[in-house]
Amino acid sequence: MSDGCGAPQQTATAADEDTNGQVVVAGTVTSSDGPLGGAYVRLLNADGEFAGEVQASPQGDFRFYAAAGDWTVRALHRTGNGEAAVTAGGPGVHQVAIAVS
Amino acid sequence: MSREDVLVTTQWAEENLNTSGVVFAEVDEDTTAYDGGHIRGAVRIDWKTELQDQVRRDFVDKAGFEALLSDKGIGNDDLVVLYGGNNNWFAAYAYWYFKLYGHDNVKLLDGGRKKWELDGRELTTDDTKRERTSYKAKEQDLQLRAFRDEVVDAINTKNLVDVRSPDEFSGKLLAPAHLPQEAAQRGGHIPSAVNVPWSKAANEDGTFKSAEELTELYREAGLDTSKSTIAYCRIGERSSHTWFALHELIGLDDVKNYDGSWTEYGSLVGVPIETGAK
Repeated sequence: MSDGCGAPQQTATAADEDTNGQVVVAGTVTSSDGPLGGAYVRLLNADGEFAGEVQASPQGDFRFYAAAGDWTVRALHRTGNGEAAVTAGGPGVHQVAIAVS
Repeated sequence: MSREDVLVTTQWAEENLNTSGVVFAEVDEDTTAYDGGHIRGAVRIDWKTELQDQVRRDFVDKAGFEALLSDKGIGNDDLVVLYGGNNNWFAAYAYWYFKLYGHDNVKLLDGGRKKWELDGRELTTDDTKRERTSYKAKEQDLQLRAFRDEVVDAINTKNLVDVRSPDEFSGKLLAPAHLPQEAAQRGGHIPSAVNVPWSKAANEDGTFKSAEELTELYREAGLDTSKSTIAYCRIGERSSHTWFALHELIGLDDVKNYDGSWTEYGSLVGVPIETGAK
């Protein structure tokens, strides 16, 4: 039977992790108190169109497998929202932090 | 049909957690979500192990569905309120599946688990115990379900709505790139299909857009509402979300979900496939 389409469990991504040629956009959601777990993180393309969504880990980690280009990551949490821009030049890990307030 | 006939708000849900005759059910592919916390009193339905036949690629049969709902403590007269993660994909799939077996008294929690969490509403890890029932299902209503031959015949005659991401539609990807999973043999889409990703039907908090916004969305995409419509995705759950938008919210009469979707179509021998964006 087919597996689902949902995202795998989110874990921290090291900046030098081997991505097997994939373009990875990864990072952490934080609040003023430090890492913020459980936010819904949305990946939006340069036109603001939705490309994917994951729920951040309890430590606030998230990861997307994207393509090269300009992206916005937007976090939704019961305590507030936040977003950040990231440019992914090519394969490898592109780290971005999102502050929620 | 109005929005209130098919959706409940999180506020309504919170006020009706203890209402007799209302059963909440969480449907996910990731059942650990339920273990980590669920709406108080909600039962769990596992999309993969409980709604699918474990040998053939098909649904559980009528007797299997009756046994499942009886075990869950769901009666024929109960209002079932379905919710789940992933913007309600699997809850929408279950909704369609409940309708398929004739359970009409079913609604979706608008926004699903995400909206509930964003609202900061309570989740519990307490077990839910419901008394067993003797549920009776109807035969599948095949007005709601499309099979492969009908899909091939629909090319250039009916509306085909491919609700996958643009990269899956164009054939660049066979599945979301990060998942090692069963995929079709070939990439692309069914000729004459329009691509309206499921996400366009939802707001960022997971709630469905209004019927007016949805009507405009599909009109702009070129959907001819005088024709029959078949929605598909990769395995039929994202297209259940769009089926819900088209059939339940806009109120189009003849809309089917093709649950075989791209994992079946993209592996069929001899059928036409188009690639590229539109």
